[in-house]
Amino acid sequence: MKRQIPLAFVFAFAVIMIIQYFVPSDLSMNVNEFLLKWIYIIGIFALALGIWSLIRVSYMKIRLKKPDWGYSIITLAGLFSMFIFGFDYGRHFFSSEGLKNYMFLGFFDNILIPIQATMFALLAFFIASAAYRAFRARSILATLLLLSAMIVMLRFNPYLGPIGEYMEKTASWLLNVPNLAAKRAIIIGVGLGGVATALKVMLGIERAYLGKD
Amino acid sequence: MKLKILMLCCIMFLGAVSAGLAQGNIDTSSQTTTPTISPPASPGNLRAKDTPNDNGHSITLSWDLSSDDGSGNKSVLGYKIFRSTNRDSGFVERGVSPSGSKEYVDLGGASAEENDYMPNNSDYYYKLRAITADSMIFAEMAIFGPIQTTGQWYNTSRTLILLFVLLFTSLMVYFIVKARKGANLFVRKLAGIEAVDVAIGRATEMGKPILYVLGLGTAADIATIASFTILGRVAKKVAEYQTGLIVPCNDPIVMTVAQETVRASYLDAGRPEAYKENMVYFATSMQFPYVAAVNGTMLRELPATNIYMGKFYAESLLLAETGALAGSIQIAGTDEVAQIPFFVVACDYTLIGEELYAASAYLGREPVLLGSLKAQDYAKAAIIVLAIIGMIAANFHWNNFTEIFHITN
Repeated sequence: MKRQIPLAFVFAFAVIMIIQYFVPSDLSMNVNEFLLKWIYIIGIFALALGIWSLIRVSYMKIRLKKPDWGYSIITLAGLFSMFIFGFDYGRHFFSSEGLKNYMFLGFFDNILIPIQATMFALLAFFIASAAYRAFRARSILATLLLLSAMIVMLRFNPYLGPIGEYMEKTASWLLNVPNLAAKRAIIIGVGLGGVATALKVMLGIERAYLGKD
Repeated sequence: MKLKILMLCCIMFLGAVSAGLAQGNIDTSSQTTTPTISPPASPGNLRAKDTPNDNGHSITLSWDLSSDDGSGNKSVLGYKIFRSTNRDSGFVERGVSPSGSKEYVDLGGASAEENDYMPNNSDYYYKLRAITADSMIFAEMAIFGPIQTTGQWYNTSRTLILLFVLLFTSLMVYFIVKARKGANLFVRKLAGIEAVDVAIGRATEMGKPILYVLGLGTAADIATIASFTILGRVAKKVAEYQTGLIVPCNDPIVMTVAQETVRASYLDAGRPEAYKENMVYFATSMQFPYVAAVNGTMLRELPATNIYMGKFYAESLLLAETGALAGSIQIAGTDEVAQIPFFVVACDYTLIGEELYAASAYLGREPVLLGSLKAQDYAKAAIIVLAIIGMIAANFHWNNFTEIFHITN
């Protein structure tokens, strides 16, 4: 019974959402909006579980003095301080006014945003190292990949003179013909796989997400 | 005195010239003066219809272009659309359509709380104004109306999708029934999935844990749902081999489902006592802090195997490169086309696109799951045939055929 009821819910709501896709009326739109709101509501409750999980894992690391447990202290300190500042020291529990708190904004703008930007910036170096590995001419296919990549990268070089025009045309052909064909093949496969997986979930064939009775 | 008369004459002359010019900047409502610059030719034949296949609250307008559209010194730069609920007054500007365009969709609000609420089954009147670079020079055309908006109960433009879904579902059911009856369905080898067992064995030998990353998708994403199934299989093997498992999550709902999945696998493996809730934990819901958390775990715990399955964005390479630096075996799978090359470069095995969805069937070997794979193969074969016919049709301009596959919204 513990499995049948959730599966019945999944089937019923999947059918509703499929019908909703083909029916554009106001009623159908309202049903869609209503169900999407439920996702937010469930998400808010799940967030509490998530925060509890984070606190528990960090606390255990500190208690057991696991490697680099000091970072867990910073994690918890960050979590609680943002919590306190975000509620404006308890003055704004039921409004978003607390988010204008000087310390909350200061931490957000001057610590979190630069750290995120730094992480993103690291991507450039990772791309360079990945490209070095990908473009080694070890076989015919790898050499073709290297040549294609060179053409695509060089097409914006202003010092190529008359060759530049041919480079541009070749690069456009590479991007719009073989590259796009491969991409579309993957996208079609993903689309079919997506429909099949959705049907499997709807019909109760795929049920790993339900856990155990 | 002569000078004063001369100045007066000059002023009068200038005044007359400016007045003439001002009257030349035609306002069509004023017909009392003769313009020195005539307005552009009016657009013609304004039509309006209820926008099809929607919930109402929208009118589609079309017209014939002004003969001065985009050319000549009275060049029409665009068309302003006005709407009113009254034929004689109260017209409000709804938008501007650029020159050369013959159609405009006036989309109003669907609920009374919205500012531009446009109730269904009410009368609406429209007028169109061809505008030029000078705001005073324009041409208006006759008012059209009344016209009403209505919501439809079936979106006819999606009939092809409906047919496809019905056909595909029938095909799937057919193959599932066939597989249940014991038919032998061949599934080609997926190297990435074959490697999972080896990778878990390696982790056991090394005494190191396995890191499983579900990506940034939500529990509603198909890729994440497929990833739950693979996580279940991996967790069962991990439980049997008595290896460690780490699953940092980006979404609290995903975390909750992943916890249930792993717990169920430990139960299936007959080792419920080995399951620890801290194996699956929430790190953060932000993209790059999540990368920092997972990368930190990789460098501290040095997992023997990293498995990335699900939806990934810019963080894919940051994660996979760090894993490669940490010396882990890496298996990845995603349906995000843009991230596949990054995984191919940085990981040992990569499941490309739909292979991610096929992995669960491949791992389980259950007839019902294999049946769905077979249905996908047949659908792909049909798409290949249609693509070839489509190429021929497009080259020979058989528009009737290509139009069948044109889905408007």
